[in-house]
Amino acid sequence: METVTTPVPSQEAVHPALLKPLADADVPVLRDAYRQMLFIRRTEEAAAKAYGQGKIGGFLHLVIGQESICVGAALALRPADYMVTSYREHGHFMAKAGSSLASGKAVLSELWAKDTGCARGLGGSMHMFSAEHRFLGGYGIVGAQAPLAAGVAFGSKYQNLPEVTLCFLGDGAVNQGAFFEGLSLAGLWKLPVVFIVENNQYSMGTPLERTLAHPDITLRASGFAMQRDRFVSDDVLEVRDRISAAVERARTEFVPSLLEIETYRYRGHSMSDPGNYRTKEEIERWKKRDSIELARTRLLKVLPEAELVAIDDQVRDWVAEAVRFADESPPAQESSIWTTVYAQPGTDPRRM
Amino acid sequence: MPKMSFREALNQAMSEEMQRDPNVLLMGEEVGYYNGAYKVSQGMLARFGEKRVIDTPIAECGFVGIGVGAAMVGLRPIVELMTFNFSLVAIDQIINSAAKIHQMSAGQFKVPMVIRGAGGAAHQLGAQHSNSFEAVYCNTPGLKVVMPSTPADAKGLLKTSIRDDDPVVFIEAELLYGETGEVPEGEYLIPLGKGDIKRPGKDCTIVAYSKMVGLALQAAKELEKEGIDVEIVDPRTLRPLDEDLIFSSVRKTNRLVILQEATPHSSFGGEIAYRVQKHCFDDLDAPIERVASEDVPVPYALNLEAIVLPDVARVVAAVKRTLE
Repeated sequence: METVTTPVPSQEAVHPALLKPLADADVPVLRDAYRQMLFIRRTEEAAAKAYGQGKIGGFLHLVIGQESICVGAALALRPADYMVTSYREHGHFMAKAGSSLASGKAVLSELWAKDTGCARGLGGSMHMFSAEHRFLGGYGIVGAQAPLAAGVAFGSKYQNLPEVTLCFLGDGAVNQGAFFEGLSLAGLWKLPVVFIVENNQYSMGTPLERTLAHPDITLRASGFAMQRDRFVSDDVLEVRDRISAAVERARTEFVPSLLEIETYRYRGHSMSDPGNYRTKEEIERWKKRDSIELARTRLLKVLPEAELVAIDDQVRDWVAEAVRFADESPPAQESSIWTTVYAQPGTDPRRM
Repeated sequence: MPKMSFREALNQAMSEEMQRDPNVLLMGEEVGYYNGAYKVSQGMLARFGEKRVIDTPIAECGFVGIGVGAAMVGLRPIVELMTFNFSLVAIDQIINSAAKIHQMSAGQFKVPMVIRGAGGAAHQLGAQHSNSFEAVYCNTPGLKVVMPSTPADAKGLLKTSIRDDDPVVFIEAELLYGETGEVPEGEYLIPLGKGDIKRPGKDCTIVAYSKMVGLALQAAKELEKEGIDVEIVDPRTLRPLDEDLIFSSVRKTNRLVILQEATPHSSFGGEIAYRVQKHCFDDLDAPIERVASEDVPVPYALNLEAIVLPDVARVVAAVKRTLE
């Protein structure tokens, strides 16, 4: 089986995305993608700051650096499509909701453990859900979401609904048994699901070369009658296009795909990880490929700078408003301890 | 009332519910063309077709996870585990996903699925195929745990479990599949959390569930010869537990023997003992007794297996100790 090669842009040359012409129809799309990516990044930066102030407990895994995958993927979906993710999912959650102001409020309020959070303070950073936006959860056991996502796709197919499920995993998940079982059943039963491995080079602190016997993760799809694709995350429009191809293949032909998107997280694995296993130079090298900067540079060629400054201002205001909203929201409600464990009316966890 | 086997009662429950609700489906290893490893799903593929009676590869983690995801978007999957021994490779999907999604999502998503299959020791299956894991699932908030002892209970409880909006772990004793009994026809539903007196008596209460109810009934016959009249309480569902039925029986007999096939350490019987001493402290005239498997993996040899598993003599002796 051949390896899919990905063109990795050299550091000195002009980024290939900047040389590509920007179609007229894509200008408003890229403009909005820029806004979304920036809002996700600034929201997470606000979360990082709040973590330092003790407003957030537990684990906090930031997606900063990988926003083009969240947004590019959401742009490839219809509202009825589903997302299932790992625990690094604030950005995916927001993008699935169009990175609205409300989505920023829902994320920060959840991190602040407030009743207005997307899971009313019961889920936290790793377990965000939205029935309205068909966001089926962040999952904290690495790889466990793969069979679950295949099951969501099974549900769509069983009910003859033209829905596709995107399942996001990190490169650390691809050595888990659950990952293989999810792929195996998706391939066997031709389920409308796309598995997206966000390869950010490290499973926690361990680099790829110490976790992967073969560097091409998409080869894992080849035993399961799936399609595969492998590319870089730099250009959000390319991310959208490559994911769209897989999504439509799933929707119309019931062919599942495994995609590997090369990317990089600028922060540590979580807030408690200083990331000492990486050099400053390595991080700076990746930042030169930053998706948000790249989108901005491209937009500046076709839009007046004032328009982008207006977006930057709006994002700054939205983040401030979301922080204020989270600060002022009521805390998680005690009654929810008892009312959310069981769905069946009349079942009380205190009477087990 | 028609007589049928335990496996036929389960089959009838699933078939009636599948007839009633198109979103109910059955999946698992050998459930379709093979008609079930224990023939519980006999004839269901022919009746409902491949779309709803689905043979899976041997991938419990995978297909239990499929059930969880499908349940989140509107289906009511019945996922058959050939035996609960294999639930361990799916246990993360059961405990960390199925049981927790409703709470983690603050009630936005529910997981109405039944995870069912054979459990407990059969004859000489050796250590890995003789496990009783109910305590593991009873220790998991978000789950319900059902262990029926008769064909009628099996039908009524399985139908209720399929309609329940929460994940239900439904453990069927392998050695009961061939047992027969009268089973009500049609719409027969037993609520979860409602136990049953399998034999009324006045001298000592035996709490037993699943195939241990049969052992308790045999012991009761032996004891009856000596004028000892035991009451057998079958909780039927372990989570939620009908503790009031147990308490009222203990308040009448003032003695309690807990009978379980599972090994004793950190087991379900310990939970019953805790609750009874807490709520019936002044009613007890003797220390609570427990009859369980010896605290070892179940060995293969027939003579050794017989020593390790609970038997009538041990139950009889335990009841007599409470009367000393």
